[in-house]
Amino acid sequence: MSATLQLEDVTIQFGGLRAVGDLSFGIQPGELVGLIGPNGAGKTTVFNLITGVYTPTAGQIFFNGIKIPGHQPHQITKLGIARTFQNIRLFPSLSVFDNVRTSMVMHQQHGITHALVRGPAYRDEEKLIEAEILDLLNIFDLRGMAHVPCKSLSYGDQRRLEIIRALATKPKLLLLDEPAAGMNPTEKEGLMHLIQFIRDKFDIAILLVEHDMKVVMGICQRIIVIEYGVKIAEGTPADIRTNPRVIAAYLGTDGGGEHA
Amino acid sequence: MKHHTSHFALLLALAVSLGVSLCSSQLDDYYLDIMLNVGINVILAVSLNLVNGHTGQFSLGHAAFMAVGAYGSSMVTLEMGASMMRVLGGAGPVAESVTFLVALLVGGVSAAVCGWIVGMPSLRLRGDYLAIVTLGFNEIIRVVLQNTNGDGPFGGALGLKGIPAYTSFFWVFATAAIAIYTIGALVNSTYGRGFLAVRDDEIAGESMGINTTRYKVLAFVIGSFFAGLAGGLYAHLRTTISPEGFNFLKSVDVVVMVILGGMGSTVGVIVAAVVLTVLNEFLRDFEQYRMIVFSLLLIVMMIVRPQGLLPAGLFQRRKRA
Repeated sequence: MSATLQLEDVTIQFGGLRAVGDLSFGIQPGELVGLIGPNGAGKTTVFNLITGVYTPTAGQIFFNGIKIPGHQPHQITKLGIARTFQNIRLFPSLSVFDNVRTSMVMHQQHGITHALVRGPAYRDEEKLIEAEILDLLNIFDLRGMAHVPCKSLSYGDQRRLEIIRALATKPKLLLLDEPAAGMNPTEKEGLMHLIQFIRDKFDIAILLVEHDMKVVMGICQRIIVIEYGVKIAEGTPADIRTNPRVIAAYLGTDGGGEHA
Repeated sequence: MKHHTSHFALLLALAVSLGVSLCSSQLDDYYLDIMLNVGINVILAVSLNLVNGHTGQFSLGHAAFMAVGAYGSSMVTLEMGASMMRVLGGAGPVAESVTFLVALLVGGVSAAVCGWIVGMPSLRLRGDYLAIVTLGFNEIIRVVLQNTNGDGPFGGALGLKGIPAYTSFFWVFATAAIAIYTIGALVNSTYGRGFLAVRDDEIAGESMGINTTRYKVLAFVIGSFFAGLAGGLYAHLRTTISPEGFNFLKSVDVVVMVILGGMGSTVGVIVAAVVLTVLNEFLRDFEQYRMIVFSLLLIVMMIVRPQGLLPAGLFQRRKRA
């Protein structure tokens, strides 16, 4: 089994509420997969399960063959899973540069004593980190903004910075939680190109949670649909678009306000 | 370039404090005493700033760590000082300095261990809850010291007397320089981004691979270590210490310095520590109103300038982009 990510019958129960039930799916290396579902379907809960914020009540999650549950979120990031958040969570008091620099901490060879002694090895590493960050910002046209407080970026740029910060952890799997939320049509267009560009340039798998069907249908190779925490469909965008269960989940089944 | 500057600044500060120390007999005793108080308060404020300012954990128990350092170091000089001197070849400036250094380090390390013990469980708490736990720890240390046997090593409610007056200008300002350098170097390094990440957004920090618990404990341990050193310096300056000197109000004094100076701004916190210590001295006649003035000052600050007098970032050089 060479899947990057593999969920096997994952269930999580919050008291009487079964937020995710018997969910199974896999993501292959370099694959771009969409996870969709109506509001409250459990999409963000799935993210929190994969990133170790929650521990599943039952079932197992494998990342490159390693069992995820039981690891702390920061350990999972070190294994190679990075994420962005539904509502942007940058470090508000830090500059654009320092936001990305935070992701570099876990790659450092030199720890606290080197930071205190500030010898040549430390200085070389700091220079290397700086160059790496500026390169990364350069790729996404944010280099000119490197030393600006992240708060003064435009909304779209803040979203992009969050993605850059996640990429700086050098992940093998990137989880994007509603990256198009709050974007205008032009920005969404740009985002679609950006996501495909990231997948190709960094050669990573991407799992995308998104409400905007145009974005999801436009770029995902495969789409997984969940409703009430249960998978109701999986397939190519074309399959999903015509799947009666998906249409029912989104538009309701029996009579009433069906305006497709 | 920048890194060499910080090394150079540290060496310069050490040299200057040694120089001033050597001619400190020329200085007026009263002003020298105020200066030493300023130095000790700078150490306390800068070290608390690592916890409260940079790491964003609200600790209200800094005086307790100072107490641990004061009692720890005093016990070394009082109980073992004589025998250490004998081993070091009789009383003299060198033997005295070595004894004092060992005493200070014992005080600092004991405080750091206390910081670790208190930090491990309580840093799972946030905000107000952590403030309450650290406040409680402050009171526990004070009450425990107060209720020890009067003839025992801690001296009970009366505290310890006859501590040798080893603290000099050099010791205070060398320690202050080392504290400022250590915390500055740490916070400005890539490694130090972890502290700021914990303050800004713990969940995002975890997601970027930062072990937030480790950083919180580390901030607590380093902060407590320097508070312990400050306590040791204080004890060997005053030559008498009592549990009352390390009560909750002492912790509040330090918190006020950090908040007035600007949380997370080393320069601001140093300025606030200097100004408040000097102000305290000149307002000695109005001692009973001091706390009223401080609280009013804090309220006015919160309304007019919540980011502090010299907020963090004001002095950060902008790098070439």
